[in-house]
Amino acid sequence: MTKEATLEPELSHPMDDLLRMDRIPHIWCPTCGLGTVVTAFASAIEKLQLGLDDITVVSGIGCTGRVAGYVKIDSFHTTHGRAIPFATGLHLANPKLKTVVISGDGDLISIGGNHFIHAARRNVDLTVICVNNFIYAMTGGQVAPTTPLTANASTMPYGNFEQPFSIPYLADSCGAVYVARWSALHVRRLVTAIAEAIAKPGFSVVEVISPCSTLYSRRNRLGSGLDLMRFYHDNCEIKHGADTRELAIGFQEKITVGKFIDRDRPTFVESMNNWYGKVFGDEYEPYEGSVK
Amino acid sequence: MPQDLPAGPKSTTAKYWRKPLDADTVKVPHGEIHIVVNRCKGCLFCVEYCPREVLEISEDFNVKGYHFPEVSKDDACVNCGLCEMLCPEFAIFCVLDEEEGGGEG
Repeated sequence: MTKEATLEPELSHPMDDLLRMDRIPHIWCPTCGLGTVVTAFASAIEKLQLGLDDITVVSGIGCTGRVAGYVKIDSFHTTHGRAIPFATGLHLANPKLKTVVISGDGDLISIGGNHFIHAARRNVDLTVICVNNFIYAMTGGQVAPTTPLTANASTMPYGNFEQPFSIPYLADSCGAVYVARWSALHVRRLVTAIAEAIAKPGFSVVEVISPCSTLYSRRNRLGSGLDLMRFYHDNCEIKHGADTRELAIGFQEKITVGKFIDRDRPTFVESMNNWYGKVFGDEYEPYEGSVK
Repeated sequence: MPQDLPAGPKSTTAKYWRKPLDADTVKVPHGEIHIVVNRCKGCLFCVEYCPREVLEISEDFNVKGYHFPEVSKDDACVNCGLCEMLCPEFAIFCVLDEEEGGGEG
């Protein structure tokens, strides 16, 4: 018999109120960083003192896409790559709601890449938490647009030769107003970044570098997720306000983390109201959402 | 010379090169760690990153067959909550021990 049916079997964790407990334990592998990201997100909600009705989570498909199914707030698990268009519609129907997109690099940057750049261009008031594990993890370790050069993937068995995207550079050049990158190990800073991103009006992006033990790490013989955490501990360099052109991530090279961009631009709804206010004058009633 | 000082209620591991001026008045908080053993998947993030090295790997298995963490130095926990933040399984949490730690000090 195992020792621990004996310890404290009925313990209730403080996070239990925010999780759909009927779906826990989650399917994420041991030493995956996604559970940590969910905790950081929950702590950020707590820090901002938001009610659970003031916020909504939209996810796409993939390991990270399952976040929407595990949090006990209004959440939507959408089709592959379409988390941002769905969230845009949700935001436009009710702009007072804080709409947060939590999804992976394959979902947001590859299949949903076009939506990502256009939401950033329009400055739709969304918060995007992009969990980057450098690979398509749920579908079998295929190469992703963020896989570093020379890293092995199941569709790149001799190493990746495609130039990867740098998510902060992409977001910055498309016009995002808040861009930060942290690893799953920098939990406290991650909580602050997520809280700032949610509070910021406009398109804000937080990239979270997260360990994938089962596919990325195993295929590249990097050990477990714990070894990747140790790697982040030793190789992450904090550089706030760094030039986003210099944030590319090489295979097992230094990772620059920090808050890179924090600027102000009129959001999509503000721009629309300003422009139509000028064109139509007093006849125009500023749009504040269709949900009363 | 480092000197061992009674900095907190039971902080046996605290060493200072110089005695802080307010060492008598500041109380180091003491946390009580709770582990939901059967949720653990044995990632060991908590054991690795506990700043006071409070936790260690148990030799026992939980129902899933993983080695879960165990509190080895209960006195040393200062309720920083890093284990709770890092745990991907929502399996460990700290509660401030009001009686011993004296709260915020």
